[in-house]
Amino acid sequence: MEKYSGHMNFLTWGLAFALYLAWPASVLAHVEQGQAVGFITGLEHPWSGLDHVLAMIAVGIWGAQLGNPALWILPVTFPMVMSLGAMMGLLGIPLPGIEIGIAVSAILLGTMVLGEVKPKLYIAAVMVGFFAIFHGHAHGTELPAGQSGLLYSMGFVIATGVLHGIGITIGLIHRWPAGKLALRGAGAFIAAMGFVFLWQAVA
Amino acid sequence: MKRSLLHNLRILLGAALSAALLQPSEAAAHLVTTGMGPVYDGIGHLLLTPEDLVPALAMSLYAGMRGRAPGRRALFLFPLAWLLGGFAGLSASGTPTFPLPAISFLLLGALIAADLRMPDNIFTVLALAVGIMHGFFNGIALKAGPSGLGLLGIMAALFVLVAIVSAFVLSLKPPWARIAVRVAGSWVAAMGLLMIGWFFRGQG
Repeated sequence: MEKYSGHMNFLTWGLAFALYLAWPASVLAHVEQGQAVGFITGLEHPWSGLDHVLAMIAVGIWGAQLGNPALWILPVTFPMVMSLGAMMGLLGIPLPGIEIGIAVSAILLGTMVLGEVKPKLYIAAVMVGFFAIFHGHAHGTELPAGQSGLLYSMGFVIATGVLHGIGITIGLIHRWPAGKLALRGAGAFIAAMGFVFLWQAVA
Repeated sequence: MKRSLLHNLRILLGAALSAALLQPSEAAAHLVTTGMGPVYDGIGHLLLTPEDLVPALAMSLYAGMRGRAPGRRALFLFPLAWLLGGFAGLSASGTPTFPLPAISFLLLGALIAADLRMPDNIFTVLALAVGIMHGFFNGIALKAGPSGLGLLGIMAALFVLVAIVSAFVLSLKPPWARIAVRVAGSWVAAMGLLMIGWFFRGQG
């Protein structure tokens, strides 16, 4: 009888669980439509252009080469000024030579990494911030219709931060002599790619 | 006999639970419906609405960065201000058109990124202002759904959120951990700037 009772108990709760699974969802008109897609679109966007990816990683690597406090000031500066550039685009304020600006950012940031250039902190921050405007203006304004602007922005900013994080993580090899050389090689590669982007922008 | 009664009671309980689960819930446009009542709907609304959740997290981060005393003030005053703002919102007739939540993103994010020290009294005013403002918008949003009980749920969730997040930030010892919080603040500020831009573009 006890065994039977145990089975019945299991059946009862199993039935309740099955009913729960079959429970009809309430009608939610217009709720959360395009929300997740907006976040994913924003998350994907910075990865869609190699010029943007390389420049972001260069910022992280350069920050790692410069050490504290540039290590975190540059990645803090970039997204804030980048958003300012995106806001300019959203407000319809034109910015000439965006593609050229992005290409030059890869060239100069790559050169800084290649040469392990260590300017004063404010000069590094102004330089990174200046180029961030071009990147923001180019990428921050492309929200597909019907998607959430806020979630797109969240995805966009987080993805940019992750790219900086990747650059900083790569830059951690700076502590070893071979790592220093490898970073300088990466800087040369980024600068060379910057020239390719510049050629594509001008041609 | 006693066992049989217990067995019947279990079946009855299972049937009652099934009936409760099958009960259709009301349609609620633009609101989170958990099906577990207005308090949980309010909690769900807070946790699933980034316009509210991000500033609440940012406030908690900043409170933790400022130390124990401001953290304690935020723990009690921020949810309370949210509740009061919510009740004001419930009785409001219109919706403000300017994206005030974007301003709180920008302000709180910038404060965290800069790790700005401020007198405790000013911090208290900030916590109250941000709480009242977001609560007001919540009140307007929840009017058609869980209303007052939903606001109570939000207040309870905020209390837990502020307690956990600010205590976590307070406990951070390595310098890089504080820097990570500042970087997160810069992201919140960046989102605020973009939100303002989207508003003026008409896609916010």
